[in-house]
Amino acid sequence: MLEIKNLHASINGKEILKGVNLTIQAGEIHAIMGPNGAGKSTLAWVLSGNPAVEVTHGEINFNGKNLLEMSPEDRSREGIFLSFQYPVEIPGVSMVNFMRTAVNEQRKYKNLEPLSAADFLRLMREKKELVEMDNKLTSRSVNEGFSGGEKKRNEIFQMAMLEPKLAILDETDSGLDIDALRIVANGVNKLKRPDNAALVITHYQRLLDYIIPDFVHVFYDGRIVKTGDKNLALELEEKGYDWIKKEVETPIEQ
Amino acid sequence: MEQQYIDFYKEYHTLIKQHSAALMNNFRDAAFEKFERLGFPTSKLENYKYTDMSAPLSIEYGLNINRLQFQINPYDVFKCDVPAIHSYLFFVLNDTFYPVNSTAKQHLPEGVIIESLRTAAETYPQLVEKYLGKLSNEKDDGWIAFNETFAQDGFFMYVPKNVQLSKPVQLINIMRSDVDFMANSHNLIILEEGAKAQLLVCDHTIDHVHFFANRLTEVFAGKNSVYEHYKLENTNVLNTNVSNLLIHQEDSSNVLTNVITLHNGVTRNNIEMLIDGENCESLLCGMVIGDKNQDVDNFTEIVHKKPNSQSRELFKYVLDDTSKGAFAGKIQVAKNAQKTSSFQTNKNILLSKTAKMRTKPQLEIYADDVKCSHGATIGQLDEAAKFYMQSRGISESEARLLLMFAFTADVMDNIRINALKDRMKLLVEKRLRGELSRCEGCMIC
Repeated sequence: MLEIKNLHASINGKEILKGVNLTIQAGEIHAIMGPNGAGKSTLAWVLSGNPAVEVTHGEINFNGKNLLEMSPEDRSREGIFLSFQYPVEIPGVSMVNFMRTAVNEQRKYKNLEPLSAADFLRLMREKKELVEMDNKLTSRSVNEGFSGGEKKRNEIFQMAMLEPKLAILDETDSGLDIDALRIVANGVNKLKRPDNAALVITHYQRLLDYIIPDFVHVFYDGRIVKTGDKNLALELEEKGYDWIKKEVETPIEQ
Repeated sequence: MEQQYIDFYKEYHTLIKQHSAALMNNFRDAAFEKFERLGFPTSKLENYKYTDMSAPLSIEYGLNINRLQFQINPYDVFKCDVPAIHSYLFFVLNDTFYPVNSTAKQHLPEGVIIESLRTAAETYPQLVEKYLGKLSNEKDDGWIAFNETFAQDGFFMYVPKNVQLSKPVQLINIMRSDVDFMANSHNLIILEEGAKAQLLVCDHTIDHVHFFANRLTEVFAGKNSVYEHYKLENTNVLNTNVSNLLIHQEDSSNVLTNVITLHNGVTRNNIEMLIDGENCESLLCGMVIGDKNQDVDNFTEIVHKKPNSQSRELFKYVLDDTSKGAFAGKIQVAKNAQKTSSFQTNKNILLSKTAKMRTKPQLEIYADDVKCSHGATIGQLDEAAKFYMQSRGISESEARLLLMFAFTADVMDNIRINALKDRMKLLVEKRLRGELSRCEGCMIC
């Protein structure tokens, strides 16, 4: 589904990603862990097409298409979804209007008719239940005045509405209490299908108690330095990241 | 530029007076003298620094001093631009109040008078005399003096004590002429104690000639009265509009003013809310959507003369191409106007590098126990929000539109007539999409 080859990227001229290689197949859940500043979020931005990041080298293939040539909206329409680490507040744009515009633009891309008002509201209701989202939230402006937990829940709600092929969850667990964490993880698990995939970026292991990854990658200094199964996450939780740093840096010194 | 109008008045003042009301003529010569002294305000004056009227004033306009009537009946040909609104509908053609036909007496509540100012001044001289010119005569403003020199008529509305109008009154100013034309009108609105009224003023043009409108409106909001004044300007680039809206508030009155400019040429709105009572509420809102070389200057003044009142002010501009905007927000709190609270916000988005915005908050506070604040920003669309929407599959152009629409939403939320609010949102959206937003079903424009 997704194939990243030797990806280099920089922000404001500073190289952040230094040769990332990653392949994700349909049906898989990948976790990326790593210390702060390793470039985890930058990878998520590159995938979603954030103009702040400049790709200097490498390629990304998504379902046979060159992802790097696509606008952010087309990436979304092709099935990439980023759950933002810091969801953006948009005062004055109602959740309903926002979601209806998004859903219908996605449908237009697939040559489908726009959803009728009734069908749209039914879909909203159904997906809201999935993430146990308060009715009041969808009648408000996008993320405006939402608590940290509500914002994250709203991200998963949007993901449920858009049904992406590849969901990228960027630190979706940060700032969540244990109940919210469970709800968010439940939502992600319920949306899991054999034909879609997820890339979970997280600093801590605890989200991975709920979302069980098939692969765990350790990100350090702009690239993946170690890959393992879910046990690697447990090991990281126990030992921290220092041993990884040593392992990575030692061979260079020799 | 002034000279031709001065000469014109000297030659035709008898005729001008002959076709107006005695009460309006009472201050006409004094106004003329004032105009001779002041002339048209130029950008050399601090308060008119950003309004350059030299181009529109270089055009020679016709004046209808003989008060010739039009040969069209607007009730037949004009379909309301806010169709869901049930309103009392009235027309001013250029500067002439269109006589209401009998079926359109419109079942106004007992005692309510809606008329041409001239007729009202002749029919109810005592009532009109008590108010007419009481706010405007004292002003040292060239445009007001010009208006009082040449205005022969206008719109008059009187709502007696404790009468509440259940429907809004809609006043449509239509500009119609085969040659370049200037209209001067003096409007008078009186709400007695406990009265309630909503007025929606729409400015329209039919013909593609140059129009110059100079409108003076005096509003008297009595004790405990509730008054809403909405103005929608939807004309074209050939239009120049000078408007002076002077509002006087007595104790516990509640006044909302919302001034929206969607299409225009050059516009200067002077709005003054004089809070001459305690426990008043005043809300002054406005928005501007400008492109091409539209030019809009809203010059506002809120004067707190008495204690314990609240005022809020909110203006938003979205400017594209080489359009120009200006906003001045003067808030004056008199020495004894303690416990005043007054908040002002002006936010502006520039969509192009060539659009210009000038904003000037100006607080003059002489009392020492008040809550006042102001804030002004000029910026661009929020890139983070735009990207967030794009990441959900919304195209860049649609994302921009949603953001611009959202930016103006709080001004539109301050429209308390739901049908008007819905309609306005639609007009604004169409305007932002670049579709011609003139009223649907409107047959003569």
